[in-house]
Amino acid sequence: MRRRILWGLAAPASALVFTVVVASIALWVSGNSPATTFRLMWTSSDSARNVVAILNRSIAYYIAGLAVALGFKMGLFNIGADGQYRLGIVIAAAAGAEMSLPAVFHVAAIMIVAVAVAMAWAAIPALLKVTRGVNEVISTIMLNAVATGISAYLLSNYFRVQAAQITQTKPLSRSAWIPPLNRFIRLFGYHFPKNVYLNGFLVGAIAAGAIYYLLVYRSRFGFDLRASGINPFAARSSGVSPRAMVVKTMLISGAFAGLIGIAPLLGDIQYHQYSDTFPTGLAFTGIALALIGRNHPVGVGLAALLWSFLEVSTQVLSLNNIPQEISQILQGAMVVGVVVSYEVVRRRQLVAVAKEASQRASAPAAVVPA
Amino acid sequence: MTAPTTAPGIEPVSAPPRPRRSPLPRALIAAAAVIMVMSLVGHVANAPDFGSSGNFGAALRLAVPLLLAGLGGLFSERVGIVNIGLEGMMTFGTWFGGWAGWQWGPWAAIVGGIVGGALAGGLHALLTVTIGVDHVVSGFAINIIAVGLTRFLATKLFVGQEGASQSFGPAIKGTLGKFTMPFTSGGKLFGWKTPDALGVIERHRWFFVSDLAGLLRGLTVELSWLTVIAILLVPASAYVLWYTAFGLRMRSVGEKPTASDSLGVNVYLTRYIGVLISGGLAGLGGAYLVLETSGRYQEGQVAGQGFIALAALIFGNWRPTGVALGAGLFGFALAVQLRSDASVLGLVLFVAILIGASAVWSAIQRKWVVAGVSAVIAAWFGWYYAVTDKVPTQFVYITPYAVTLLVLGFASQRLRPPAWDGKPWRKGQST
Repeated sequence: MRRRILWGLAAPASALVFTVVVASIALWVSGNSPATTFRLMWTSSDSARNVVAILNRSIAYYIAGLAVALGFKMGLFNIGADGQYRLGIVIAAAAGAEMSLPAVFHVAAIMIVAVAVAMAWAAIPALLKVTRGVNEVISTIMLNAVATGISAYLLSNYFRVQAAQITQTKPLSRSAWIPPLNRFIRLFGYHFPKNVYLNGFLVGAIAAGAIYYLLVYRSRFGFDLRASGINPFAARSSGVSPRAMVVKTMLISGAFAGLIGIAPLLGDIQYHQYSDTFPTGLAFTGIALALIGRNHPVGVGLAALLWSFLEVSTQVLSLNNIPQEISQILQGAMVVGVVVSYEVVRRRQLVAVAKEASQRASAPAAVVPA
Repeated sequence: MTAPTTAPGIEPVSAPPRPRRSPLPRALIAAAAVIMVMSLVGHVANAPDFGSSGNFGAALRLAVPLLLAGLGGLFSERVGIVNIGLEGMMTFGTWFGGWAGWQWGPWAAIVGGIVGGALAGGLHALLTVTIGVDHVVSGFAINIIAVGLTRFLATKLFVGQEGASQSFGPAIKGTLGKFTMPFTSGGKLFGWKTPDALGVIERHRWFFVSDLAGLLRGLTVELSWLTVIAILLVPASAYVLWYTAFGLRMRSVGEKPTASDSLGVNVYLTRYIGVLISGGLAGLGGAYLVLETSGRYQEGQVAGQGFIALAALIFGNWRPTGVALGAGLFGFALAVQLRSDASVLGLVLFVAILIGASAVWSAIQRKWVVAGVSAVIAAWFGWYYAVTDKVPTQFVYITPYAVTLLVLGFASQRLRPPAWDGKPWRKGQST
């Protein structure tokens, strides 16, 4: 048991060491001091402003991570989360601007539209896979590009406000805004500095994490999901239909993907409308986070915080003549480090299990007299 | 009456093997039919440049990076390693090609691109072959690293140089020479300008004949030497993979590694070589972008072309000629977009006719469902052609991806990827 825990810790620890070593080498080769860099990064996240920036950024990342992680749980790659989220949020932003509903219902309606569109888009690779045997990695890559084209077309031809300088949808009315959590935090006697707002959809992200946990670890569906991921043949012979699982998992993953854009669209005070400046690549980050977080809701959450920390804390570096692109090196090294160390640990464990089994099998044989 | 050759009572055990016809004549007939349709479309849609040599030349320039990266994907997937990292390997190629070209000129850029891509390929091989990480995960990680590393390197080495910034490298010194085929397209031979026979035919605008001349001239005039190399790499890849012992080993490793291993093939080494070649070719595709489209490193200039190359690989059924066809088709779709609105409309009509033809073909083979769906799609394209006078650019952008999805949806039963593509394999595994 103790060995298992030790092995479990070995993987993340070695990934961390690997990341730091790679980044240090990159910094050292380019003539910067690794120690100074890391110290600057650490001290920069002291201020409330940066902590809030990290939290705000991590919300969309976290939900993207959950969307991908759900598919990973049964060995299904939903690389299409990007297309699902993009198409869903463009249509939801345009539809939301046309609605007039009381506050809570307005937010709910926009979320439902985003989720429904994303699920419909996720249904395409699912159906292609179960009816035509098309690999979902390839079909979702293609569908991402198609979704990008369609959303750009819809935005520039139907949804855009003609008078505006940049291509954007109509702004959402106040009833669709998710208020920042500042007032809630103030209840505890803490006051944020001026112009610092904690995105209200943080609550939604936490709820999404809880739903993910219940769905994957505490439901019949989750059991089937994990069984299909660990051993598809065993799952199948115990009565789990692989086709039904593919469709269900893809649709639920798509539902999570539909929520990715909600935090920037409804919760971020600088948007409240979809425009060309909307953050991109959120869902691709989600793939990395699902890998780093080992598809566990808490792990993905920590990964999202770490990822945002790297992005926010490196912003000060360029003031000190250190390239802030080091954050991307750190992120890339982290993904590789995690993936490699977990694979190595998994193989070591397999060897250990095999050794133990062979010892057990040969032990009674030794007792039998010749 | 002729007597039966076999004695009564002795039935032949199996039907005698049908004489294998070479696929070449059929491919030529198909190509002629496609060009015929193109010619027709050019006249009907009133888009004279639809089948012009300029359009084919532009298509070729856009197709070459797709072709190089697609061939790269071919080498990787033929040894059984899925390569989602083509995009990242091309990005590596752009930076290393841009850097080497700035230092030592265009031919160094080619070498630099190959080396840069092969570095990424080596990482992919290390992760997938030696360590055994999932291929898609590894390829994805390479795409992330490529963006970060090239940005970092550009910040460190390009900022402050003449005419350079974080997202633009310094200009490459000089260009590669141009090659024009002598006699057919007016190329020079030892300083003597040969006649431009195809150009003359093309200018006459004869139905079909001029279009054929336009196609051939577009493919033989003012080519970059790198384009010539890329085109030659298609038969070279086919030769290496299908007609050499080494190629047989590579393919066998991608089909059934355990069997190859039992026959003494070093599976890991063969896979390393395949993935390194893959990276080198994708990097060469990146170097082509640097040399021929921008003349310098440009951040983000790969812009999804690695994924289109992947689409071309699948469209081409994991074969060199198929990859070339896919890259050519996708390059053509992208080139048409740059010409004129009429050409884009021509493309719509062209697609409608092609899908309609495939519907008829499916109906002849009594595949009613496929025929019905194809007919509906063809009718929709035809209707769209009739009612529109300008196709939104976004629709042209999605063409390669949508075409690949259609091929995957309708012809996935006829696609045959290498049997062990993407599956993990360790030495000593029993199956």
